[in-house]
Amino acid sequence: MKNLKKNFAEISRYPSAVFGLFIIFLLVALAIFAVVKIPYSEAVRLWRGGEDVWYMNPKNVPPAWFNTFRKTRLPESFAIKGGEEGFTKTVTPSSPDTSAIDFEYAFDFNYDVYPQELMLYFTSTYQSKNPFVSIYLITPDGEELRITDFGISARQTYRFSQDEKLIRRLVREKRDEKPMIGLFSVPETEPPVPQKGTYKLVINGQTFEAGSDINVEFVFHGQSYGLAGTDHARRDLMVALLWGAPIALSFGLLAALATSILSMAIAAIGAWFGGWLDELIQRITEINLVLPFLAVLIMVGTFYTTSIWTILGVTILLSIFTGAVKSYRAVFLQVKESTYIEAAKAYGASNFRIVFFYLIPRMIPLLIPTLVSAVPAYVFLEASLALLGLGDPVLPTWGKVINDAQSNGALYKGFYYWILEPAVLLMVTGLGFAMLGFALDRIFNPRLRGI
Amino acid sequence: MADTTLLQLDNLKLHFKTGRGTVQAVDGVNFTLNSNEAIVVVGESGCGKSSLAKAILRLLPRNVQEYSGKVYLHGKELMGLSEEEFRQQIRWIKMAMVPQAAMNALNPVLKVGEQVAEPMMVHFGVKKEEALAQAQKMFQHVGVPADFINRYAFELSGGMRQRVALAMSLVTTPDLIILDEPTSALDVLTQANIFNLLKRIKQQMATSFILITHDIATSSELADRAAVMYAGQIVEVSDAKTFFSQPHHPYSAKLMASVPKLRGNAIPEFITGQPPSLINPPTGCRFAARCPKRFARCVEEPPMVQLDGNLVKCWLYV
Repeated sequence: MKNLKKNFAEISRYPSAVFGLFIIFLLVALAIFAVVKIPYSEAVRLWRGGEDVWYMNPKNVPPAWFNTFRKTRLPESFAIKGGEEGFTKTVTPSSPDTSAIDFEYAFDFNYDVYPQELMLYFTSTYQSKNPFVSIYLITPDGEELRITDFGISARQTYRFSQDEKLIRRLVREKRDEKPMIGLFSVPETEPPVPQKGTYKLVINGQTFEAGSDINVEFVFHGQSYGLAGTDHARRDLMVALLWGAPIALSFGLLAALATSILSMAIAAIGAWFGGWLDELIQRITEINLVLPFLAVLIMVGTFYTTSIWTILGVTILLSIFTGAVKSYRAVFLQVKESTYIEAAKAYGASNFRIVFFYLIPRMIPLLIPTLVSAVPAYVFLEASLALLGLGDPVLPTWGKVINDAQSNGALYKGFYYWILEPAVLLMVTGLGFAMLGFALDRIFNPRLRGI
Repeated sequence: MADTTLLQLDNLKLHFKTGRGTVQAVDGVNFTLNSNEAIVVVGESGCGKSSLAKAILRLLPRNVQEYSGKVYLHGKELMGLSEEEFRQQIRWIKMAMVPQAAMNALNPVLKVGEQVAEPMMVHFGVKKEEALAQAQKMFQHVGVPADFINRYAFELSGGMRQRVALAMSLVTTPDLIILDEPTSALDVLTQANIFNLLKRIKQQMATSFILITHDIATSSELADRAAVMYAGQIVEVSDAKTFFSQPHHPYSAKLMASVPKLRGNAIPEFITGQPPSLINPPTGCRFAARCPKRFARCVEEPPMVQLDGNLVKCWLYV
């Protein structure tokens, strides 16, 4: 224990190790934050959710902080319900049965790019006569644009850019035929220029029954969203980036720990008992060495299951009997002949005691750096499998994000943030563990130790 | 000195298989050891001394071809015990060993105290704290400061390590301790210290010793009897006084003559030739080829001759 403490004190002598540890610490903090903030079931629900969960988000937009680095500002997305602050709802009864319900919402639009979509989600209560709404948009120059008017059912969605009548009206008014451009441009400019200022959304509703009510939610799909942007299914990439951390770390750490410890224990047992057991372990290793690792994993993923934990198990199983068994065995064969092992045998130490208290502790200095450096390899493996379409279908991981991006032509369409975000996280993870691993190797490996 | 027989070896054989043939490292060894007796086993390098120790404690390497004969401890036959019974009942409880190069006999990754305590924990199921307390006592007994139990082997000097190895063998108070060259690689003062320590232990704890050594002069301090090994066989077992003053076997005589004397002008002698290969030992007396006193009968296998209670394997005394 004291020795370990000494070794860890020595780490501070290597700036790269300190930096590596810092990165790993950040990643662990991120992972813990992710798990606490978004519980597992919630993460799965969000990631598998469709329009019903993500209707508030625009499709394929970069993070909002992109604006800091851009000349042309991208509109940010928002969603607001009628009755919430700023979105006034006024009910004026005009007769015992009828009443007018008016909504007004003023919002600033100081961007250089048009929004992706405007949507209104109506919900209403009525017995037989459905309420009626008229929708207007008042532009900063004071012009009142009539959008549409229709009778609403209990649940009704109105999408601005899919309204044929609105498109015809915009063309008639010599505005652009695309509603987003038509509504948010300075009139009669060619090419169209976005009109900046405060817009006002006005909804005049009319109910025809006592107790009938209208509610509305205004969703503004801008061209940027949140901290990480969104993907083709409107999902907030932040969910996957956050949850990718605990998954990548646990996959990498579990695989690295299990394979290093198991292959060391197996090598020790083989070297100690020798005979047919050793032969068997060596032959299994040799057979396993010629098995195509990735191909076997792909087969398991294709024919059996793509559950990440099964893949983890198969990975560990295939990685135990590798070159590590051979190199550990070589050292064990040497240690085995030491006098202190003979002394232990002489005083009647059991085979178990000799293997686990005498042989294996000698290997710990070799094990620790290998283990740490093996972690990113398994993190990358998980990402590669996900990229090959063998990722866990349920869990959001970094690899899955890259896979989605790739299959949706992200780079071709210019959604580079979609690939860069998970890729940077993967690289940072690899960097952190590699930096620590190299330093640990210097500390624990006497041949590399400086004088 | 009690005259009860502690250990009796009857035609003990240990042969190894090698690429070039069978090495007859221990080839039919007979001798008895009494309680509270120290016997010193001497002989040239490669004559099977260490193999004899391993054969007694059944610490066999993998390439054993033949392991036969009888070993009696307190009259009880040991060869019939299974490996597991032998491990649990005999090793370190009845017989302990300080291995050759005992300085390296300590696990570099365990504290020495833990290692001394370990046989207690393994064999008597003693709790760690008790075993450590016992180890501390044993440290004082062998002259190592008690607070050294928390040190690692590399923090100790050679002599200290030797003492720790000794403490390790003593901690379970076995009846017999086999010391395989306990003082090689130590300076003379430390050697003397260790032998004095062994003497004291022998008196206080009534332990028997089998002392394997090249150092005939120093071993005379401790030995009650001496056994001479040559080419895998015991050629002489005599009481110490006889052996150190006038050994019977020509080989013993030559061996003694090779020890430098402090007084007198005698130049240490050497034995011409080399010990025979243990793969194909010569028939008849194995020493015959190098023996200054050989004669016609030496081509036949000599018998063990009783000579005033001593044993000599030589035709000269028939």
